[in-house]
Amino acid sequence: MSIPLSWYLILAAALFCIGLYGVLSRKNAIAILLGVELMLNAVNINLVAFWRYLNPAQMAGQAFAVIVFAVAAAEVAVGLALIISVYRRRKTVVADEIDLMKW
Amino acid sequence: MTAEQIIFILTGALVLGSGLMVVTVRNLLHAALWLVASLFGVAILYAILQANFLAVVQVVVYIGAIAVLFIFAVMLTRRELMEKGRQTRPNRWLPALLGLLILSGLVVLILSVPGVENTAAALPAGLDTVRALGTALVSPDAYVVPFEVASVLMLAALVGAVYVATAEKK
Repeated sequence: MSIPLSWYLILAAALFCIGLYGVLSRKNAIAILLGVELMLNAVNINLVAFWRYLNPAQMAGQAFAVIVFAVAAAEVAVGLALIISVYRRRKTVVADEIDLMKW
Repeated sequence: MTAEQIIFILTGALVLGSGLMVVTVRNLLHAALWLVASLFGVAILYAILQANFLAVVQVVVYIGAIAVLFIFAVMLTRRELMEKGRQTRPNRWLPALLGLLILSGLVVLILSVPGVENTAAALPAGLDTVRALGTALVSPDAYVVPFEVASVLMLAALVGAVYVATAEKK
């Protein structure tokens, strides 16, 4: 294990910022969810790296990562179901045009 | 530079490069496929970190389920954005600037933490990480409550997704 912890943290920070850019710059709601996936993965890299480098006998980091997996799966399922439902009614997936709750 | 560091750098380039493709490429189906490449790189990172179970779960759950779900959603909705217009908002230098700002702030913050240049010690002898994770997830004095909450959340999400996505009969 000859890799410093900082390499993982910087990689995760870069991946998080790429995901953030995707979320803020894309118009398509599905593409926004793709950006969110990248951000969740960056968080998971951090959790697992801290588990390995700080206290591998304590499984907190990996247990947290498993919970993040479950939440990510739930988020994608509900998010995509909402997008498909909106698409069926409004014939659009552009986030700006989905303004039913705006008045 | 050791072999491990070279593998890390190659994997990191794969993750970040395909991540950039995910957020910039025009065709959403290609973006979803680039996401698969990026997630696979993250699975390799887990393997380097000796989180064996998570490396497998990453491939099975993220690539096998979530990425395929994205491809389904893209195919169910695509049409209009494909041909006409741009995929991004008009002033996209603003998010890029924000991302770079946050990234530089995070890098400065990370490098200022003491002990961040440490390399990892070897795993304690006789520690089976998969067994330890399994025990931790179901033992009452560890993480059984978050684990059960996650399973209830999954069930709720499943029912909710089916309810929301079902076409209403008129």
